[in-house]
Amino acid sequence: MNTLTVSDVTLAFGGLNALTNVNLEIQPGLITSVIGPNGAGKTSLLNCISGFYNPTSGEIFYGEARLTRASPHQVTKRGIARAFQNLELFGGLTVLDNLMLARHRHLAYSFFHALLYWGKAARLEAENRAFVEEVIDFMELEAYRKRAVGSLSYGIQKRVEVARALTLGPQLLLLDEPMAGMNIEEKEDMVRFILDIQKEREITVALVEHDLGVVMDISDQVYVLDFGELIGAGSPQAVATNRKVIEAYIGED
Amino acid sequence: MDDNDRLLDLTIPQLLRWRVAQTPDKVALREKEFGIWNPYTWHDYYQKVQAVAAGLIRIGFQREMKLALIGDNIPELLFTAVGTMAAGGIGVGIYQTSLPDEMADILNGLDVSVAFCNDQEQVDKLVEVRRRIPGVFRVIYEDPRGMRSYRDDAWFMDFHRLLDLGLEALALDGGHIEASIDQGRPEDVCFLCLTSGTTGQPKGAMMCHRNYINMGVQITKVDRLADTDEYLSFLPFAWIGEQMNSFGIAMATGITVNFPESVETSMEDLKEIGPHFIFGAPRIYETIRSQIWLRIDDAYWFNRACYHYFSRVGQRAAGYRMSGRPMPWWLRFRAWIGDQLVFRPLINQIGFLRLRRAYTGGAALGPDLFTFYQTMGVNLKQIYGQTEITGIAYMHRDGDIRPDTVGKPLPGTECRISDASEILSRSPSVCKGYYKLPDKTEELLQGGWLHSGDAGFLDSDGHLVVIDRVSDVMHNRAGEMFSPMFLENKLKFSPYIKEAVVFGDQRDYVAALINIDPIIVGKWAEDRGLSFTTYMDLSLKPEVAELIRAEVAAFNRSVEKPHFRIRRFAILYKLLDMDDGELTKTGKIRRKFVREKYRLLHETLYDETVDVREVEAEFRYQDGQVTTVRTSMPFYTLAWEGGET
Repeated sequence: MNTLTVSDVTLAFGGLNALTNVNLEIQPGLITSVIGPNGAGKTSLLNCISGFYNPTSGEIFYGEARLTRASPHQVTKRGIARAFQNLELFGGLTVLDNLMLARHRHLAYSFFHALLYWGKAARLEAENRAFVEEVIDFMELEAYRKRAVGSLSYGIQKRVEVARALTLGPQLLLLDEPMAGMNIEEKEDMVRFILDIQKEREITVALVEHDLGVVMDISDQVYVLDFGELIGAGSPQAVATNRKVIEAYIGED
Repeated sequence: MDDNDRLLDLTIPQLLRWRVAQTPDKVALREKEFGIWNPYTWHDYYQKVQAVAAGLIRIGFQREMKLALIGDNIPELLFTAVGTMAAGGIGVGIYQTSLPDEMADILNGLDVSVAFCNDQEQVDKLVEVRRRIPGVFRVIYEDPRGMRSYRDDAWFMDFHRLLDLGLEALALDGGHIEASIDQGRPEDVCFLCLTSGTTGQPKGAMMCHRNYINMGVQITKVDRLADTDEYLSFLPFAWIGEQMNSFGIAMATGITVNFPESVETSMEDLKEIGPHFIFGAPRIYETIRSQIWLRIDDAYWFNRACYHYFSRVGQRAAGYRMSGRPMPWWLRFRAWIGDQLVFRPLINQIGFLRLRRAYTGGAALGPDLFTFYQTMGVNLKQIYGQTEITGIAYMHRDGDIRPDTVGKPLPGTECRISDASEILSRSPSVCKGYYKLPDKTEELLQGGWLHSGDAGFLDSDGHLVVIDRVSDVMHNRAGEMFSPMFLENKLKFSPYIKEAVVFGDQRDYVAALINIDPIIVGKWAEDRGLSFTTYMDLSLKPEVAELIRAEVAAFNRSVEKPHFRIRRFAILYKLLDMDDGELTKTGKIRRKFVREKYRLLHETLYDETVDVREVEAEFRYQDGQVTTVRTSMPFYTLAWEGGET
């Protein structure tokens, strides 16, 4: 498994710096969280990693692979998947179809095979369905398999979003505020899922989250952003006692 | 003498072995997993049972030891239950909704040595009370998910490891489990079944092999089942209602037992399996009816008109069918059209199309529900029995269905009514008493008859009529008798009322606390543009109160005796719930507990000077957090002719 390294990354939109000289490491097998107030640049950072934005300067490496100028589908190929803060699902399709669609990268059969649903087409579809079913079981979505995503509650849709990312079979999973807008019980469920993703599926997790309680409870490593700059890093305990971090959150000068 | 009667001389594992000899390759069990139905043949079933038995013996489980089964219904649970019997042990079913302390009490009270849990949720509960249950030497779990931190602790064991151990042992000595099975006798105790316990601590009824097999053999003398029939196992396994199906009926007839993918998907899975018979508490039938009504309400006007027209036709036809009278040809023709056009497609949507019989038991069911299902061509019948008589002892016969009775005794069951109008029964399905409670056993089986604790009578046609628990019958201050359960059930015939608790013992009048049905009343409010947030908010709406007041007034007009009428009522701000101890695991009201918990409300019901009472409502979340909400709860008084204002 690889370490993701972000070195000296700056992301500028005209005169505005969303990120300024950010350095961080996401180590394999751990849960690494990025926290910070609204507009601190957390999602921008994820966008740089997942290839939606290209940094203005600086480098991003995943192991030996350079991701600095990579496009989203190239990043996905490296084994990095992302669950979005604003759900990126097809509301009119069923949960199953949404997840099957996420596997399309693994479906390499010809038009002819597809037409007859024969040979390679049938085999690959079955293999992918088996993979998707395993994810459905893991994320406990059995009851919603055949339901249109748009008709589900927000908490369940969030779970489908995470499942969609897992369906890509990633080594590194980027989660953008998976717990936003959830009630206590839904949050507890999601925390359990994240821990299981790390421990049982041995996937590295990078988490952007507002709920500090959750972050402090489950993270191995925490990075704190404020106005695009890294103002703190370390274990949850170290970060919680960091003066700069406290100021950024409480807003003192 | 029926062919099947010779099965009565076998134990459950012996009967399983007999099934393997008859039809080794027929599907015995089926489980939906990863979206696919996976079959187990009788041969596979027996192999697993043998492996479990050998594995248990290998880890030190001895004859007569107890093994507790805690979890959702999965084939592995059944393998372990029958495997325990094959090893000469005794199974104990524990409800998966039980809280840790409750579990500890049961495990200690029934001397359990090994526990089987289906997943981490159940294992965690045992971990919480580990110090209190020194007798439990091993916890076996089926789903290894989330068990990583327990892996190095020898107290826990993966079910698959147990199977491997068993297979190793069988490879060394293939005959020792066969020999152990041969040692069993049909009158040996094989399972301790918790009685629902509307009062106090649950007791373990000692069930023997013959209890279950007799029940399965006798019921199928009345209602035949073919071995190609299907059954869906979705009731809690700790309840006798599930055991009598998966031990009794399935073994006695060779039908296939299907296990749903998860508890949440049961209703979907029901549709896919299309079972031939189903058994459930009244709640299930009430829920399904609510769903049908909601959908009909949302249908196009033409569909709705068809439904209502053919419902009326069907109701008349059902009247003939239930009483077994011949139908006029014109009605028969129209009912047939209705079946083809409306009802068959409709019941196909819920998976009832192949259903030959639906049984309801555990509590009384409204007459309108019987008519509702019979109208659609679903043959819904009432059964009656206790855990102590393996669930079913009385049942309606086809063509002789009367909503006010529970039918006639099964073959081989004798019925007698005591001088105190208690229902007494005698049959080979009566259990051997309660585990380690000789006094209670003596009370239960006095004079060789099973004392049900229910009051009832036999009518002129030989049908049994159940009134109420002998101990629950109440008297008002004037000394007039009434049955709270009878009145509650009658109140619940209103679709808007989900649950009701009736008071009035040694009081001047009858009063009730009412739970509205969140789905039906929610829809009702939506249709009227009435906005609401939570259940509490909805139940405190004055418009809802008016709706319920009209329902209670209708109830008052329809009751048989003037002193049954409800004088005052209030709508409770929360649903009565099992987790809060207000209902038993089978959904019956725990009367004493409810009266104590809502003492203030109870008193207010009898204080006519108070119209509104400030209350503190306590809500407990699943993770144990508690919040308190203050609210004012209105009380309503009804007036009727001849009564004082």
